[in-house]
Amino acid sequence: MSANQLAISYLVAAVSFILALKGLSSPASARRGNLYGMIGMAIALLVTLAVIYSHSKNVLPILGGMVVGGVIGAIVARRVQMTQMPELVAAMHSLVGLAAVFIAVAAVNNPEAMGLHTPLTGLHKAELFIGTFIGAITFSGSVIAFGKLSGKIRSAPVVFKGQHWLNLTLGIVMIGFGVAFFMADTSYEWPPFIVMTALAFLLGFLLIIPIGGADMPVVISMLNSYSGWAAAGIGFSLDNPMLIIAGSLVGSSGAILSYIMCKAMNRSFISVILGGFGGEVSEAAGDAQKKTVKSGSPDDAAFLLSNADTVIIVPGYGLAVARAQHAVKELAAKLTAKGVTVKYAIHPVAGRMPGHMNVLLAEAEVPYDQVFEMEDINGEFSQADVALILGANDVVNPLAEQKGSPIYGMPIIEAYKARSVLVNKRSMASGYAGLDNPLFYMDKTMMVFGDAKKVVEDLVKAVE
Amino acid sequence: MTAGVDPIVFYLTIFVLAIFVGYHVIWNVTPALHTPLMSLTNAISSIILVGAMLAAGPAQLDWGGWLGVLAVTLVSINVAGGFLVTQRMLDMFRKKEPKSGEKA
Repeated sequence: MSANQLAISYLVAAVSFILALKGLSSPASARRGNLYGMIGMAIALLVTLAVIYSHSKNVLPILGGMVVGGVIGAIVARRVQMTQMPELVAAMHSLVGLAAVFIAVAAVNNPEAMGLHTPLTGLHKAELFIGTFIGAITFSGSVIAFGKLSGKIRSAPVVFKGQHWLNLTLGIVMIGFGVAFFMADTSYEWPPFIVMTALAFLLGFLLIIPIGGADMPVVISMLNSYSGWAAAGIGFSLDNPMLIIAGSLVGSSGAILSYIMCKAMNRSFISVILGGFGGEVSEAAGDAQKKTVKSGSPDDAAFLLSNADTVIIVPGYGLAVARAQHAVKELAAKLTAKGVTVKYAIHPVAGRMPGHMNVLLAEAEVPYDQVFEMEDINGEFSQADVALILGANDVVNPLAEQKGSPIYGMPIIEAYKARSVLVNKRSMASGYAGLDNPLFYMDKTMMVFGDAKKVVEDLVKAVE
Repeated sequence: MTAGVDPIVFYLTIFVLAIFVGYHVIWNVTPALHTPLMSLTNAISSIILVGAMLAAGPAQLDWGGWLGVLAVTLVSINVAGGFLVTQRMLDMFRKKEPKSGEKA
């Protein structure tokens, strides 16, 4: 295969990746999009394999690795639960990061194998440096994110004095070693390269530990972005435009998702990165004056629901934790059968990662045309008879519209505008933001305490 | 006119244009599919498998070559896992069941 043929094949692959992402603009075209992605990947891998075969005939180790990895990946993809998607994605980011580091190390060790000039030119060294440190940060950051998301390590932020200065210093020192690597002769390039890589691993770790559980949707999007930039960096090092294109697509995707998540939480990107927020801040800032809440039984709630014309369900992560999605779907079906219009309202940070709640509902076979994004449905609450809030708190807190409140400006689901509001919660504990929620004390609000799954199942029975 | 231009400039051109393409394509992705978007982009970033294969490709593998094989294995997990889990998720997104309903 000539170099030109190879380059054209890579171009076809790159275009397939763009088409893959384009497919995700609607659920109807999304499966075709994913297919484009697979085709692009297959083309890229096959031509690369062909080139390697024509050069060295030594493709068995590669094929072996691909089979082993492919089987593991297929098993994981089949077994993973949808509530575990954030962990899975974090784990996969870490693999991309680590692989980027390995590739860069291999390139420094044997530039010729990668089709690079020996000894490495200064430019390639600089590019390898960038690919390596982004890869290393992605790896260790994702490992921490994985640990926090899967509950293997405490998700509370780890903060200590001088943290930011330490990170900044480490970052500068790391770049210093990068420059040393850039300047070094062939025989002296390893020490600075190794130190720089080690510092990058450490930095990834230090950057993520201060970020708390509630900010994980941002972190995971950010690491998604990093993994893309790492791929682009490797693309620059290997003079491969396809890697540059694919990496930039992923990099910008992650960056946009981070932006969307920050906006939905009303937090600036910088403050998320600096961390120290989003731990399990408990107790609603001491305002223990007894405000009265009206609480009711599932039967009372069922009565309200059955007599409504329109019900909007607002699911929060508490719902997913209780694994109540299927029960909710059943409830919705029952109500629909009685002539009630049922819709779902999703806040962008309702789950543990962007779009997580949509997937959880889809898994429970909730038709996606009943599921609406916050902006699209907020206008409808004033006409809704009942807003049924399941395991959500901060995202429906009207304090967000009050100047001076800590969450002022955060976009919320305007459930309080509904004629009556049903809230299911386990207790009166406050949400991540540690704020009391005036919605719970409104006259038209009825609280139904208990485990979401249990309560919804009772509702299903009571609606009959 | 392009004679004498360093290849890096072409790569930078591609890079910048690809970011613009990415920006516009991604804003069009419906928020409901943001999780599949992440798993799909993850699978796509596994395109560095191409680099890993090159590293693992020499006729005689030294330690660096074996590191390449390890990288191939790791990223292959992502390729298979990323695309398949995306497929699995997308298969769940269905409209209201047609009257007969293939699934209850």
